[in-house]
Amino acid sequence: MKATVLVRPKQGILDPQGQAVESSLRQLGFSVGGARIGRVVDLDVDAADAAAARAEVERMCEQLLANPLIESYEIELAEPQA
Amino acid sequence: MTSPQPRIGVVRFPGACDDRDALWALSALDAEALFVWHTETELPDLDAVVLPGGFSYGDYLRCGAIARFAPAMEAVVEFASAGGLVLGICNGFQILCEAGLLPGVLRRNESLSFVCRDVPVLVERSDTPFTTRCEEGRVLTIPVKHGEGNWYADDELYAELEARRQIVLRYREPVNGSLDEVAGVVNERGNVMGLMPHPEHAVDPLLGSADGALILSSLVESARERALAAV
Repeated sequence: MKATVLVRPKQGILDPQGQAVESSLRQLGFSVGGARIGRVVDLDVDAADAAAARAEVERMCEQLLANPLIESYEIELAEPQA
Repeated sequence: MTSPQPRIGVVRFPGACDDRDALWALSALDAEALFVWHTETELPDLDAVVLPGGFSYGDYLRCGAIARFAPAMEAVVEFASAGGLVLGICNGFQILCEAGLLPGVLRRNESLSFVCRDVPVLVERSDTPFTTRCEEGRVLTIPVKHGEGNWYADDELYAELEARRQIVLRYREPVNGSLDEVAGVVNERGNVMGLMPHPEHAVDPLLGSADGALILSSLVESARERALAAV
């Protein structure tokens, strides 16, 4: 089953990369604010069903993919094939 | 009677670059320093462990996040849990934070620039095994060289750390955006310390400063005491 993990800097955590990108975008003439930079991890998970896959990916996030002190994560599972 | 040389292991991860400097500095300060390869599942008989600086596993994902799972790190965690002395320098500090042996996390420098220069570092405590040769309030000159040394803990954790006096070193000027200029922290038990500055690069006046030797020789002496106590 395909899963995607989105890892983001938590609210209120300084994100200098996001700030630098935001200022570059402004220099290009775009009117933007609030740029934040995170990370996307695409995975193929070997699991019996969606619930098991989600539980497995949760464990991956807790153990490795995100640092809970500064990052939050979201898990998206691909719709099961008919 | 001659004091025995304490045995101090320097763990080599792929991507480490300061391992030889650490080994050399510890040897120069009268320790028997030896390398420990990252795939080792057990540590040899050691009185202390040093995790050196560098870019283990290419700093992939987050600095230290992959090294934390190296077989040798499991042995280091066990060693620390038994009260063994562990010092993490730069990437070693990042690894110890990721491994949960030290509080907080090291983030990208606020400036996004790699910072590489001598910095003034204030010693807040001289009663840890890593700072016995320093005086409290003394300002050491030690180089930093890192892109991700911006230490952070949330308000609650930071208040606890302050209350327990776990902040051992602070920069005397802005360096990387670190919360309250934190440069080095110790665990609650006091046997594990991490710092971003590189004491192993400052052990000889020829290199600009020998202040780093105060930290490393504190470690060597503390390790020697442990070696003697174990005899």
